Amino acid sequence: MASPVTPAQAPVLPLHMRRARFDPPAEMARIREQPGLAGVTTPLGRAAWLVTRYEDAREVLGDATRFSSAGLPVIPVPGTTPEEQRSGNLLMLDPPGHTRLRRLLTGEFTVKRIRRLEPRIAEIVADHLDAMEQAGPPADLVPDFALPVPSLVICELLGVPYADRADFHRRAAQQLDLTRPMEERGKVALESRAYMGELIDRAVAAPGEDMLGMLVREHGDDLTRTELVGIASLLLIAGHETTASMLAIGTLALLRHPEQAALLRDDPQVAAPAVEELMRYLSVVHSGVPRVATADTEVAGQAIGAGDVVVVSLPAADRDRALVEDPDRLDVGRAASHHVAFGHGVHHCLGAPLARMEMATAFPALLRRFPTLAPAMPFEDVEFRSASVVYGLRSLPVTW
Amino acid sequence: MKIKADRDVCIGAGNCVLAAENVFDQDDDAIVVVLVESPDDEDAESARNAVGSCPSGALSIEET
Ligand code: HEM
Ligand code: SF4
Repeated sequence: MASPVTPAQAPVLPLHMRRARFDPPAEMARIREQPGLAGVTTPLGRAAWLVTRYEDAREVLGDATRFSSAGLPVIPVPGTTPEEQRSGNLLMLDPPGHTRLRRLLTGEFTVKRIRRLEPRIAEIVADHLDAMEQAGPPADLVPDFALPVPSLVICELLGVPYADRADFHRRAAQQLDLTRPMEERGKVALESRAYMGELIDRAVAAPGEDMLGMLVREHGDDLTRTELVGIASLLLIAGHETTASMLAIGTLALLRHPEQAALLRDDPQVAAPAVEELMRYLSVVHSGVPRVATADTEVAGQAIGAGDVVVVSLPAADRDRALVEDPDRLDVGRAASHHVAFGHGVHHCLGAPLARMEMATAFPALLRRFPTLAPAMPFEDVEFRSASVVYGLRSLPVTW
Repeated sequence: MKIKADRDVCIGAGNCVLAAENVFDQDDDAIVVVLVESPDDEDAESARNAVGSCPSGALSIEET
């Protein structure tokens, strides 16, 4: 089978970011079977250890004391300091600083709070399906459904004007695009923070009922402006890019497994387990933040030195037989909720309850509205997007 | 079986609530609350599932 990696990208793409369409590359499975750990080079050219087994992944991600998320230097950008770039970005902080910020936010993402959003999410999904139906086939599922649905949800939740989406979509895609020069990605991140800074200042002047308003009203005294900006920027980017990728590539995976799609379409009980199985099977986040060992230690019998970088392949861990039987098969009926596609340990995805709700609403609604939904191009020609922090599709033309 | 939750370790991810709603809840700060310490047979499996899916290691089971 041809690799989805175009030759222009291949030289810069490390193993843990390569995929063979829905699957991790075959080499990954071979490495998982071998004792110890393999080596890999990060996109920024650092040598790192590669963790591929499920139990090893849980061990590394579950131990923030031994494996720091704050260990790697940030991309240097003129006009700002590394402290400022890191500030408020939960992903790049260790406990106890991480714990302090995370505890301010978790209350907003309880299962109960997110359930209250369900009617609105269903409405947003239905509105986009209506628009597709009215325009008639073909449609491109990425700009018409997968991207706008989670974008509108996170905009309303945070209080970010949806009218600004063209700009923040572009910035998010550029920030996560590993084929772009570091300096450029750093500069775009700075632009994102500047944009969010304006929204925070507006929220300080007149706090609304949304999450930015809540943060300013309830935690305005505990958080600095740069922290507020960092938190909100992370929520905006993490809140739409990831779910959008899952909706697009998840739909394609379902269309390639029509019997699985039928199960999800016809039985409302299947929605929750199907979301977990699609998350496991696709594990769209390649690895999360590379960890840095804080002291000499050992994983899977491999000695790791203090300061060594450790990359955890989430798709490799989620295709480990230690997690489920027959891991390379998509089986929406099985209970696969112990996967690490949302990460593990203290950095486990803050937005997981929201993402789950969005997916459990969107997939069945899409399949029910268009029971004859099918890709409008040969599968071989679908363009996968590998060289990004989040794996996904560039576009997905569909017809019905 | 007896369920124990370490509220200082919990990160409020809510996996437990999704896995076993009869057994776990979250307070307003998203921290886990054990509703039923010793679930009956009907909820025992989902409770075990919840403990397994907890990302922070806050939950444990003592078999009695
Ligand atoms: C299907 C969709 C999603 C996937 C696959 C996903 C995946 C992940 C993963 C793997 C991590 C851990 C990274 C690491 O350990 O380095 C993470 C963290 C995070 N996610 Fe998500 N996520 C999704 C949706 C969301 C949504 C909708 C939001 C926001 C509303 C969100 C907000 C966050 C935040 C704030 C963190 C950082 C948590 C921390 O460091 O404590 N995510 N996500
Ligand atoms: S799953 Fe674990 S971390 Fe998440 S709310 Fe329950 S106890 Fe807390």
